[in-house]
Amino acid sequence: MDHFIQLVFSGLFVGSFYALVALGYSMVYGIIKLLNFAHGDLYMVGAFAGFTVLSAGAGVLGGGLLALLAVMLVAMAATGGLGVLLERVAYRPLRSAPRLSVLITAVGASFALEYGIAVAFGPNPEVYQMGVSDGTLNVLGARLTYAQLAMTAIAVVLMITLDTLVRRTRTGRAMRAISQDPKACLLMGVNVDRVISRTFFLGSALAGAAGVMAGVYYGKIDFLMGFVIGLKAFTAAVIGGIGNLRGAVLGAVVLGLLESFSVAYIGSEWRDVFAFGFLILFLTVRPTGLLGERVTERV
Amino acid sequence: MNDESTLRAGEEPLAYAGAVEERGPANVALGGRGVATPAASGRTTAGRALSGVLASRWLGPCVALAALALPYLNSSTYVIQIAVDALIFVMLAVGLNIVVGYCGLLDLGYAAFFAIGAYTSGLLSTRFGWPLLATIPVVVAAAVLGGLLIGGPTLRLRSDYLAIVTLGFGEIIRITANNLDVTGGPNGLYGIPGFGDFGLRSDIALYWVTAVVVCLAVLFAGRLGRGRLGRAWRFVREDEDAAEAMGIHTYKVKFAAYIAGAVFGGIAGVLFAAHQTAISPPSFNFLWSALILMAVVLGGMGSTPGVVTGALAISLLPELLRGAENWRYLIFGLLLIAVMIFRPQGLLPARTGEARRRGRRVRGGAS
Repeated sequence: MDHFIQLVFSGLFVGSFYALVALGYSMVYGIIKLLNFAHGDLYMVGAFAGFTVLSAGAGVLGGGLLALLAVMLVAMAATGGLGVLLERVAYRPLRSAPRLSVLITAVGASFALEYGIAVAFGPNPEVYQMGVSDGTLNVLGARLTYAQLAMTAIAVVLMITLDTLVRRTRTGRAMRAISQDPKACLLMGVNVDRVISRTFFLGSALAGAAGVMAGVYYGKIDFLMGFVIGLKAFTAAVIGGIGNLRGAVLGAVVLGLLESFSVAYIGSEWRDVFAFGFLILFLTVRPTGLLGERVTERV
Repeated sequence: MNDESTLRAGEEPLAYAGAVEERGPANVALGGRGVATPAASGRTTAGRALSGVLASRWLGPCVALAALALPYLNSSTYVIQIAVDALIFVMLAVGLNIVVGYCGLLDLGYAAFFAIGAYTSGLLSTRFGWPLLATIPVVVAAAVLGGLLIGGPTLRLRSDYLAIVTLGFGEIIRITANNLDVTGGPNGLYGIPGFGDFGLRSDIALYWVTAVVVCLAVLFAGRLGRGRLGRAWRFVREDEDAAEAMGIHTYKVKFAAYIAGAVFGGIAGVLFAAHQTAISPPSFNFLWSALILMAVVLGGMGSTPGVVTGALAISLLPELLRGAENWRYLIFGLLLIAVMIFRPQGLLPARTGEARRRGRRVRGGAS
């Protein structure tokens, strides 16, 4: 039983990572129907931005949670800005082009980001110099580190913030409207370009936050780390129903739990195979996802 | 769809809204049409001469002859080695071109079929002592099976799902090869026999086998694209809804393209296994799939001469620019974006038999 709860916790923890990345995937897909292959790489860039801040301010920043938050904010701003730039340079000129062109551009963007970082930081993994306190906590017989707890909490706060943003603010309303009918939005005087830029900013910033968290938690980052997580986030978004924000979170948690149990019972070397196999299975059985409907609120 | 492409240049908002709508893959990179880039209009005499050469029916046979004659020109081991690599890459690019170029489906895990081919023939020849030639039917069957597995569920969905599922499939195959004992795990398989040496130096014999197979494959793919099925593929690529309305079974047609691509990839895998004599999982990572895609996109989707040129360029350039791997890939990535924005039809765009008629029908729409 203890073991079971431990698996649930680790699943939830991994799931919260996936959720942060999946949200951005889902938002961008919801609003302009683009699979942003570069999204996983934005997560990687976030980790590297955090790494830069950490190495620059190694003396000033202590350990601790506050330092983590500061690093995360900077990294989020950087990746958010990069996301906006990416949209402006690579995707906006192709909005009216055939879908295949945009997909190929996204692959190119992903490649450019990966190897741009490889050129800038060198191809070897970098080590995050930040130890978050290693205390553990016993909950229902399962062990939880404070770091895990803190990161899950941060992730949840970010998700709630995003949800409120999308549901309560003007920009959020504009996003939801564009995802339903961009043409009508244009006629109603919504500044479509600006809203799309903001969507990219939000989605990329969340991915950047997840990147910093991954860097702190795993301690090691490299320029290809975004590839698999991008795929996983997409899987999560599909499981939840792509374009649906709460669905993305749900899908991420489901995927995290599934992975956690499959690692325990099948073996960790099969984890990725299991996740992608699940994606294919899901597309066969229920391509609209758990919460996705034909007429659904999207963004 | 034709109307939309002519509007594209000026009417941003309308065209944007059109693109966001649920319309499937629209017209992709067809020889210069509707893509009003300055490059297409301002053509120089040299450019016209070049395109004359490219349109010539003798171009294909000449290139094939040159490929076959290479060992007479230069038979150093290094040159033959590089040339076999390049030819295998050409075969992969031509195969992917069927999927991406003709049918407009984005396959990001093409290396998976390459791996299936290499591993199937490698396993049968090393563990069971089959001659390499005899493994080819099994390889074809395995590639078709893989295509069914992935294409079956995803080809019914929007085309971008296929892209990401194939990306996942590429990883699945690689990780599976890495984890199983039968495939040698991370060490892979070694000691794969060649096709035999026919009394020649063994690498030259392999070169000729490869050259003949690849030339036939290029010819076959080119003719496939011009036939009835090829027309159906292009129609599906241009406008899936219209194609369906015209009585094309789009699912079957897309399936055919996907399976054809899989078989090409599988056979290229056999050649690769014979050439390398040892295969291991890292040879089949995403980088490969991306490089093949780049060859297709840069050369010109749907254009056989373009794709062959693109493949030769992508596989031979690294030999010239050794040591700057990461820079090279960075530039490839940026180049992909730039090509899609400024010249989506590729460097050597497709010219089909319908090119002249198409010019007249721009406004008339598909009749």
